Amino acid sequence: MQLWLIPLLPLAGFAINGLFGRRFSKSVVNLVAIGSVLLSFAWVLKTLIGLGDLSTAHVERYFTWIQSGTLSIGCDFAVDRLTAVMLLVVTGIGSLIHIYSVGYMAHEGGYYRFFAYLNLFMFFMLTLVLGANFLVLFVGWEGVGLCSYLLIGFYFDKKFATNAGNKAFIVNRIGDFGFSLAVFLVFINFHSLDFATVFQAAPGASVATLTTIGLLLMVGACGKSAQLPLYVWLPDAMAGPTPVSALIHAATMVTAGVYMTARCWVIYTHAPDAMHVIAIIGVATAFFAATIGLAQNDIKKVFAYSTVSQLGYMFIGIGSGAFSAGIYHLVTHAFFKALLFLGAGSVIHALSGEQDMGQMGGLRKKIPWTFVTMMCAAVAIAGVPPFAGYYSKDAILVAAHAQAPWIYWVGVITAGMTAFYVFRAMFLTFFGEYRGHAHPHESSPVMLIPLGLLALLSLGGGYFFRVPEFLGAFFHATELPEDFSLVAISVAAGLIGIAAAWLMYMVKPGMADSFAGSVSGLYKLVYNKFFVDEIYDAAVVRPIVVGSRTVLWKVVDAAGIDGVVNGVGAWARSVGGALQRIQSGNIRSYATWVVFGSVMLIVAMGLAGGLIR
Amino acid sequence: MSQVPISWFLMLSAALFSLGVAGFLFRRNIITVFMSIELMLNAVNLSFIAFAYQHKQVDGNLFAFFVMVVAAAEAAVGLAIILTVFKNRKTLNIDEVDSMKN
Repeated sequence: MQLWLIPLLPLAGFAINGLFGRRFSKSVVNLVAIGSVLLSFAWVLKTLIGLGDLSTAHVERYFTWIQSGTLSIGCDFAVDRLTAVMLLVVTGIGSLIHIYSVGYMAHEGGYYRFFAYLNLFMFFMLTLVLGANFLVLFVGWEGVGLCSYLLIGFYFDKKFATNAGNKAFIVNRIGDFGFSLAVFLVFINFHSLDFATVFQAAPGASVATLTTIGLLLMVGACGKSAQLPLYVWLPDAMAGPTPVSALIHAATMVTAGVYMTARCWVIYTHAPDAMHVIAIIGVATAFFAATIGLAQNDIKKVFAYSTVSQLGYMFIGIGSGAFSAGIYHLVTHAFFKALLFLGAGSVIHALSGEQDMGQMGGLRKKIPWTFVTMMCAAVAIAGVPPFAGYYSKDAILVAAHAQAPWIYWVGVITAGMTAFYVFRAMFLTFFGEYRGHAHPHESSPVMLIPLGLLALLSLGGGYFFRVPEFLGAFFHATELPEDFSLVAISVAAGLIGIAAAWLMYMVKPGMADSFAGSVSGLYKLVYNKFFVDEIYDAAVVRPIVVGSRTVLWKVVDAAGIDGVVNGVGAWARSVGGALQRIQSGNIRSYATWVVFGSVMLIVAMGLAGGLIR
Repeated sequence: MSQVPISWFLMLSAALFSLGVAGFLFRRNIITVFMSIELMLNAVNLSFIAFAYQHKQVDGNLFAFFVMVVAAAEAAVGLAIILTVFKNRKTLNIDEVDSMKN
């Protein structure tokens, strides 16, 4: 089925734009970048239609990549139902965001560079999704990390942007270390990295081994998918252009960890402890990030913490054994969170770069289309039935309740907070009086059409794309009994959150401030993100910097390594100084040496030959 | 005429060579040093000829001719160098020609 075409098309787009984009006009850059992704999307559709119901995986083996002893790794791609879902999300949402970027980036420098990076990201993300063994997945995994770094630091003349890029890269390195260890363990235990082979053999391995592998994979997923305690890079990643936040840091790349853990579902179902740890990390992250989201004033930061929180939901799903529910939420979240970010981008674009919600307000009349589409996303994420978030969030919460009721209850509280902070952002942005000084203008159609399509997906995506039914057989899932009361409680929590936001920001606008004042200590704690960055700085970054400076630099490098190197140099110099006296320029002394040497040679030969006894 | 033993030739050769070495090491005049080199070459030539005669083989004679050719060429080049050194430095004392030290 020529699966290789799917990632290779964006790679070609990257190569053309990256090499020659500087000389192209913007319309040619657009044609190459968007054309390659749209073709890739079309090829995904054609492939999936051609493959039918995909009850078994379709594998394509291209060539042996690494052959060393018993280690044999092929460059293989495979499509099964899970991959099919991911392919559609990545290429579909990716295409919409590419189109949107044409409008958003129109006035930015480095236009071709932006699209080249975006295409490169698509290539790596599709490689990650299509890879049929751990190593091909890892190539994509690292590649999307690279593109994330490049695009966060896209405004490389701004120090905070490059710092944010470094932070994302370094924090991800911690997770990737765990992931590499997991891959090594997989190879040691199963003598293969092929998904099909490993998952066939996995049930026969010991529970301890599988738990270790599962936990190490989880460390990798925590880095990539911004879970506690490695989530800190994602809020800073908002330094990149907004379409990047939507594509990479909301819809696709950050969900790679969820995809990877779902891909390894066989390992997790045989390692219940690892799964339980994932559920706990997920629920802790969901709750923790949601509380931070309550008090942020930067519109992108609100959605960034919301993304961390929603990724936590997906991990609850994975950790509760409801893999299909986790992927379901991945899909619906891709719709409404991409829309929220693109809408926020449209607002920021309208206000010429303003991101502080204190400088917004009353924009409902000025940018009506952005308002309407973002409202669709807001009701979807708040879990209002029958929109997208309602289906996936409740699928997760019902599964969590079957595992551990307390996770369900924390999830419900988080759902209430989610609804609150999203509607708080909506009310602050679109209602009341305009507080800023810019002259808002509605975005161009090239930005509004993707918003409209994503709005339709946010509204109907949950109802029409029944992911759990599609993936249920793939994950060998057991049907959970429908429990209407559990669903009703979580929907009620969402509605209460909306109502609270309405009360605090619409009915009595002063109420939020007085409430914040009455719990000022707590408010400051939340407003400053629980000082997590400061704690990490004090506990990890400072000791490393100080230790590097005093011990590694001054002692190990300057005194130790430099000492050895300089010592060798000084020794050679002193020996040379002694030996240069031989070079006297006096011919007769040279001749004496020659004679001396000859005599010694003759004596030595005589001794060896037995002439002299 | 009785055969002269080869050891006599070799002793003469060794004596001549040692004289050459001694002259090379202890004389200061470049011309004398140069002559000492010639003496060493010819001492070696003598032992070549002696061995060639002993073994009734022509190789030794051939080698002696080669040494004489090289010695002639060396004499030509060497004397030219000595002339130039004398022109530049007004001396033939080998100890004073030491500017290539260190």
